Amino acid sequence: MKISVTVNGQTHESDVEPRTLLVQYVREDLGLTGTNIGCDTSSCGACSLHLDGEAVKSCTVLAVQADGSKVTTIEGLATDGKMHPMQEAFMQNHGLQCGFCTPGMVMAAIGLLNENPNPTEDEVRIGLEGNLCRCTGYHNIVQSILACAKGGK
Amino acid sequence: MIPSLFDYKRASSAAEAISLVTEYGEDAKFLAGGHSLLPLMKLRLAAPSVLVDIGRLKDLSYITDAGSYIAIGALTRHMDVETSSIVKQHVPLLACAAGHVGDPQVRHRGTIGGSIAHADSASDLPATTLALGATYVVQGASGIREIAATDFYKGFLESALRPDEMLTEIRVPKMNGAGWSFQKFNRRAQDWAIVGVAAWRGNGGSGVALVNMGSTPVLATDVATALASGASVADSAELAAAQADPQSDLNASAEYRTHLAKVLVRRALEEASK
Repeated sequence: MKISVTVNGQTHESDVEPRTLLVQYVREDLGLTGTNIGCDTSSCGACSLHLDGEAVKSCTVLAVQADGSKVTTIEGLATDGKMHPMQEAFMQNHGLQCGFCTPGMVMAAIGLLNENPNPTEDEVRIGLEGNLCRCTGYHNIVQSILACAKGGK
Repeated sequence: MIPSLFDYKRASSAAEAISLVTEYGEDAKFLAGGHSLLPLMKLRLAAPSVLVDIGRLKDLSYITDAGSYIAIGALTRHMDVETSSIVKQHVPLLACAAGHVGDPQVRHRGTIGGSIAHADSASDLPATTLALGATYVVQGASGIREIAATDFYKGFLESALRPDEMLTEIRVPKMNGAGWSFQKFNRRAQDWAIVGVAAWRGNGGSGVALVNMGSTPVLATDVATALASGASVADSAELAAAQADPQSDLNASAEYRTHLAKVLVRRALEEASK
């Protein structure tokens, strides 16, 4: 089926099988492998990206459902070689260990601040309930997001 | 994991969607947010040959005050139910329960109608709307009918919906200031409830329904009857599992679930009685 999806500002006209998952489409058809596949059962959040401005789990969305939509992946965050403030905050606060959950964490975190720009620590922790870090490195992830929120970005 | 092959049809109206499932028969499934159906398809527990995508029927995404009840379009997403000022004001128990479904990413996609039509006893919204005495409006090839939540759940993932029928609206009576509580016991933040309880009490009545205490959501009418006859919260809560038939699984034995139901119903009623 023919679909048209704008990913990171660039519109792609593609022909996909209806059963193609959105995560598979961005990784394999578009070569954007920053979005990871973790559990593949909408539990872990590693595949989180933004669909029309909201964080979703792309392992549980069909590419055909994204037809006509705007998608932002981790690759689309930096502008002119400058990292997004959330990426910068993760770097400054050592908000990652092995890094596997990081793209999904960053996308979920940006979505969280879009909906709640000044969260408490508890609200950050609850807001990240859909993202698992198998290094259990949550402390610095939460600190990164709080730091980004305090930076007003 | 990739689902098995299927044909994809996109409906542009409820009537077209119904006509498509009527044409393709029992092998066709409606696709809304996909957060109940797609995981089943990826695990090959479901393999419909046709998906009829109703996700773009924006006219079925709404929340309106209809006087004695709140009308919620079937395609209203959990996030929109959770944050709606109308729902928070008139049916706060439902807003709270909607905020406990999955996680934020899931609530951006999943819909109240999808959750109810899927009829999973482990889901939060079937039991919550059952406790609140909701009515479901369904549309099929032969017209529109209303089904009381008490008549809707027939068995494991089985509802009173006919193959050609689509759930279009959920009508939830206003709570009129009644006390309420939603209890969800699980081991990890986003998990399904091992046992959950949706309860309200006030204005001379009460309603208690249980999540994941059998093959269907369970309306614990024995508890409400005991409360109405003047029994204490603690004594009424002892009847929590009397009408339930819980399963044993990896998370909990049936005995543990029965114990948990009594504890959670007591907590819920204590909170709802404040």
